[in-house]
Amino acid sequence: MYQGIRISGFGGQGVISAGVLLAQAGMMEGKEVSFFPSYGAEMRGGTANCSVVVASDEVSTPIVSTPDTAIVLNEPSLVKFEPTVRPGGLLIVNSSLVNSKPTRTDIKVLYVPCNQVAGELGNGKVMNMVALGAFAAATGAISVDAIARALPKVYKKLKPEVIELNVKALRRGAEFKLN
Amino acid sequence: MAEKKLMKGNEALAEGAVRAGCRFFAGYPITPQNEIPEYMSWRLPQAGGAFVQSESEVSAINMVYGAAATGVRCMTSSSSPGMSLKQEGISYAAGADLPIFIGNVMRGGPGLGNIAGAQGDYWQATRGGGHGDYRSFVMAPNGVSEMANFPHKCYEVAFKYRIPSMVLADGIIGQMMEPVEFTNPEIDPKTLVEPDWALGTNKDRAKRIVKSYDLREGYLEVMVNERVKRYKQIEASETMYEEKMMDDAEIAIVAYGTSARVSVAAMKLAREKGLKVGLFRPITLWPFPKARLVELSKRIKKFLVVEMSLGQMVEDVQLSLNGRSEVHLHAKPGASVMTADEVYKTMDAIVKKGAKEYAAVK
Amino acid sequence: MQLLNKRPESLLDVKMHYCPGCGHGIVHRLVAEVMDELGIRERTIGVAPVGCAVFADTYFNCDMIQGPHGRGPAEATGIKRAKPGTIVFSYQGDGDLASIGMAEIVHAAIRSENITVIFINNAIYGMTGGQMAPTTLIGQKATTCVEGRTAKQAGYPIKMCEMLATIDGATYLERTTVHNAAGVIKAKNAIKKAFQNQIDGKGFSMVEVLSMCPTNWGTRLDNPSEATKYVAEGMMPVFPLGVYKDACAADKK
Repeated sequence: MYQGIRISGFGGQGVISAGVLLAQAGMMEGKEVSFFPSYGAEMRGGTANCSVVVASDEVSTPIVSTPDTAIVLNEPSLVKFEPTVRPGGLLIVNSSLVNSKPTRTDIKVLYVPCNQVAGELGNGKVMNMVALGAFAAATGAISVDAIARALPKVYKKLKPEVIELNVKALRRGAEFKLN
Repeated sequence: MAEKKLMKGNEALAEGAVRAGCRFFAGYPITPQNEIPEYMSWRLPQAGGAFVQSESEVSAINMVYGAAATGVRCMTSSSSPGMSLKQEGISYAAGADLPIFIGNVMRGGPGLGNIAGAQGDYWQATRGGGHGDYRSFVMAPNGVSEMANFPHKCYEVAFKYRIPSMVLADGIIGQMMEPVEFTNPEIDPKTLVEPDWALGTNKDRAKRIVKSYDLREGYLEVMVNERVKRYKQIEASETMYEEKMMDDAEIAIVAYGTSARVSVAAMKLAREKGLKVGLFRPITLWPFPKARLVELSKRIKKFLVVEMSLGQMVEDVQLSLNGRSEVHLHAKPGASVMTADEVYKTMDAIVKKGAKEYAAVK
Repeated sequence: MQLLNKRPESLLDVKMHYCPGCGHGIVHRLVAEVMDELGIRERTIGVAPVGCAVFADTYFNCDMIQGPHGRGPAEATGIKRAKPGTIVFSYQGDGDLASIGMAEIVHAAIRSENITVIFINNAIYGMTGGQMAPTTLIGQKATTCVEGRTAKQAGYPIKMCEMLATIDGATYLERTTVHNAAGVIKAKNAIKKAFQNQIDGKGFSMVEVLSMCPTNWGTRLDNPSEATKYVAEGMMPVFPLGVYKDACAADKK
């Protein structure tokens, strides 16, 4: 089993923390994992992205150049990462913010209105969790429960009710299914 | 077995150093290694040590030069442009036989280059980098676990042979996160015997001098030759490497660090397609595992060096093999990472089309 | 018979390499006497510079380190932080401290590093043979300004005490001289205070000492008594003696 993931969006959308969370969850499920962030000179509000690998075997390169799944949370990320998805792979599109439609026909596309769902839950910040929930359900690479268990490990200072809200967002995201 | 922890390479290196007894750190911010001084700034005071953010890399290495002279396990870290500035102090430490430890997280160069991971400082790290005849013990980790566990070995070698030691990583290994297990016993510096050259309190002994010079005729030669003896001992006993699928290999990739990780993927790809490929990974870049390469050359006639630089380590492979086998090069300079597919294609061409077309080494 | 004057225990009985008329030997003795008087010899670590005083490591009877040109304050920082119980001094010349090591001395002062710095200002590079120093006077001849230093070509002599006095972290700064007996006594008192400050944990102290270099000051000044006059008449108007800063680090907060 090998799942290479690329998550991309504006700085502040929780791209990096979503990636760390996936890696932590994968590790806690006994899988081999790696996480690699884009780093350095990006300005606030610019585009951030990260690579995550969850695999049953030793991870070779941590940089995911042809992802099995790309999660694009904003418009520029769609432009940048749609072409990189492995044929037959999955593209998760945050349809709350991304207006354009992917053009490729050799990949699966799952539209998730992450911001809208997070707004319904009362906190826009959990939009990244909605995306992760959708990813977990669509790929089965990692379980929603594992991500939920990883939350307090990654965010040691979060209050229980905030963790709870994040878990809710994960579960709501998991309700979105591929056609 | 301790619980595995998800850690960033840079942080693992810092924590690994503290667990190996490091109690003094001086450094200057530079991407992509900033997590090391950041981590040390709170971790060392917690462990009873001292942290200084210096005014420059030059100053940082000299603070470490001073601290090392007292026998304390100390550390500095930097990335390419900053490492250039540290060369003065490294040369002096080598000349004064001081066991310093350096975390070197390479980025793109020359000049300001960029901040992405690269391997362009292989020559600088393995050839000394500063002025004069000397060597540094250089270990190349291929991931976060080795970042965590190599400082232990670096201090051991540095103190045993009294030479500078270095972990040579790159921005990718520094920035990535992986599960980590600290496998070495934690060292309490209080349990370490104070070296008989350490500066401190000279109450019941003669004064001690730490210096790198001797202007008397012929004396420097004696000093350097004494050091050369230690270098030979290190070559004989501290060389490290790793081999993967080498038993039946007909072609061997030689790669370290991030390049070695990509090469593992390339090797698997090649194996799926029926090419008998193995991986030889030097773990110590100095001493370079020459003897083992010579041994391997008895049955492996094609070597492919894969590196994120214009062709630096390839020279060590050529020097080691000295014409015994073909040496090919897949070079990726400019802080880019080769893909497994690119490496596979190079191997395929070498095997199928013969050596000539891909004899990239001039 | 009573022995009135003997070699300090902190100074070894070895032949020094300094030229006749040079001030280094005097200052070495003052530092050694102070170490004796304060009873700190056994826990003192000295940092020798690059320059004429490079061999200071063999003259003082305490642990010594010699390192790169100008980096003494950085080395001293590393030693002091690693071994806070020791007394650490950095002994530097003008090229070492005020040119190549400018960043190190300034930032040691900024951090109020609890060390003692002895700064010998003789307005010339001695070890390398008489080149212009950062403290060379306007009009003073050197092998890299044979007609005399001009402001247009090489700027002005740097006044270290004055400059460091602007730094909050500097605790004690005094400029002294060793060209006459009165100056020597004052210089010793200043050096003693600079060490006492460190013992008391008061932070960064530096004593600048104006000194003679008959060998490299040119033929007009190559006899030691002429050289002492040059300190008084040439250097002191540009580098006035006195205390430039005297603040207790603890009081500054």
